[in-house]
Amino acid sequence: MIKADHHLDAKGLACPMPVVKTKKAINDLEEGVILEVQATDKGSKADLTAWASSVGHQYLGTVEEGDVLYHYIRKGSDEPKVEKAFERIISFEELESRDGLILDVREGAEYAFGHIGGAKSIPLGELESRMKELDKDEEIYVVCRTGNRSDLAAQLLADNGFTKVYNVLPGMNGWNGKITKEF
Amino acid sequence: MTVQKWTAAKVARKVIDNEELFILDVRNEDAFQDWKIEGHKFEYLNVPYFELLDGVEEILPQLPTDKEVLVVCAKEGSSVMVAEMLAEEGREAAYLEGGMGSWSSYLEPVKVANLDNGGELYQFVRLGKGCLSYMVISEGEAAIVDAVRFTDDFINFAKDKGAKIKHVFDTHLHADHISGGRHIAAETGATYYLPPKDATEVVFDYTALTDGLNVKVGASKIDVSALYTPGHTIGSTSFIIDDQFLLTGDILFIDSIGRPDLAGLAEDWVGDLRETLYSRYRELAEELVVLPAHFMIIDELNENGTVARRLGELFKENHGLNIEDEEEFRRTVTDNLPPQPNSHERIRQVNMGKIIPDNDEQTEMEIGPNRCAVR
Repeated sequence: MIKADHHLDAKGLACPMPVVKTKKAINDLEEGVILEVQATDKGSKADLTAWASSVGHQYLGTVEEGDVLYHYIRKGSDEPKVEKAFERIISFEELESRDGLILDVREGAEYAFGHIGGAKSIPLGELESRMKELDKDEEIYVVCRTGNRSDLAAQLLADNGFTKVYNVLPGMNGWNGKITKEF
Repeated sequence: MTVQKWTAAKVARKVIDNEELFILDVRNEDAFQDWKIEGHKFEYLNVPYFELLDGVEEILPQLPTDKEVLVVCAKEGSSVMVAEMLAEEGREAAYLEGGMGSWSSYLEPVKVANLDNGGELYQFVRLGKGCLSYMVISEGEAAIVDAVRFTDDFINFAKDKGAKIKHVFDTHLHADHISGGRHIAAETGATYYLPPKDATEVVFDYTALTDGLNVKVGASKIDVSALYTPGHTIGSTSFIIDDQFLLTGDILFIDSIGRPDLAGLAEDWVGDLRETLYSRYRELAEELVVLPAHFMIIDELNENGTVARRLGELFKENHGLNIEDEEEFRRTVTDNLPPQPNSHERIRQVNMGKIIPDNDEQTEMEIGPNRCAVR
């Protein structure tokens, strides 16, 4: 099952209600959190996708189970342009010939709908508590969607004694290679 | 202001009677681009409903006040919401009952001609999908060609005319819409015919529709004779009715010709298509009135709502019948083919009886234009 921070039950509702309810629900949420929308209206997939991109949310994907569609949306996709602080950066091209661990710090739902094969998932918010899962002697390439969260994650790791850490830029939205899905 | 509910039949009358209408289509942009309600004098504005959730003020200046405005969506719900919002702003607005789903399903029966001894030939125009079906009625008997899946429309129409359905034909195994042929036959006890070369994979019983097959409808023996004309599919068969009408199926349309790639490779059937269009049809009388199984654009409708043209005129005007060079013809019908119709592979499976989707799924599969032609 894909992890979401909030769930909205729009099952049995016909268009336009799934989008109307989603709009209302997402208003109360914080930036970056994942909303799961459960719907049975088949048209809700195309509509939520188009609606999300028109208002600046990030539509992640949909899982179908029986008659129910589980849509995943991350609130707010236009991340502010922050000055990236972590200096050791690496591109996907350079990454190809290197050994080490790709650490994906996006939310679990983002990871589920498409990540680089073999990448390990630890969302930024869980990194501090799960740091012990990582090997300080291994090269770690931190990736997120745009390079902002991975920048923060790389700093956090460096502050905790990880020396071989890189921030992968531009991030998954610049990745043209194969992606793996994992529900 | 109150919101009005329009039926698909009412919109169909506007199309056929060449009236003006302003359509506010609140579906997704790509859905609108792919397929919409076409009318000679219709104007359009496409704004997805989810961009109007906070209000319709912004689009008010773009809506006319001197024309009827019809709000359309996929099913109905969003168009009701938007029409109500318009009404609150003091605008007259109507919505289409059942949305594009009901538009895709609506059949308008139009009389093509009177035949001998009170006989009649009807064309069932499915405006939303461009499908054309036919019914020959003569002295208490009826024959149907290329029926779409709304079987009740045909059965009830025959009943109203006091005719018993005796023969039901499909000119070929359709790939763009679901056939109602064998279901009508099962319900009424009629004989169902299908070209055997298109039927190699079907899982139901049928009577072989072969070249030269001839049936008579009614006591005055209106003639329905089959002519093998492959090219769109390997089994495609035309009909000559009463020595006056040529039902071409998906081989020849008013402004285009059939595409040869929907059931296999274009290269395999392009030769058959050429032979049919440039030899077999050339041997027929130019006075025959061509009645195809589809129209592509609304301009193909005649003033009375029928889609029909003399064969001789098509020989002069239809580009697909006027490509002298064989190689150029081959290129025209194999390169630059339009996108294939939505779900065409699954629709073929339904028409073979291999899968039986429920009604909602069938509606979903048939959404969109028919795209059976190449120009």
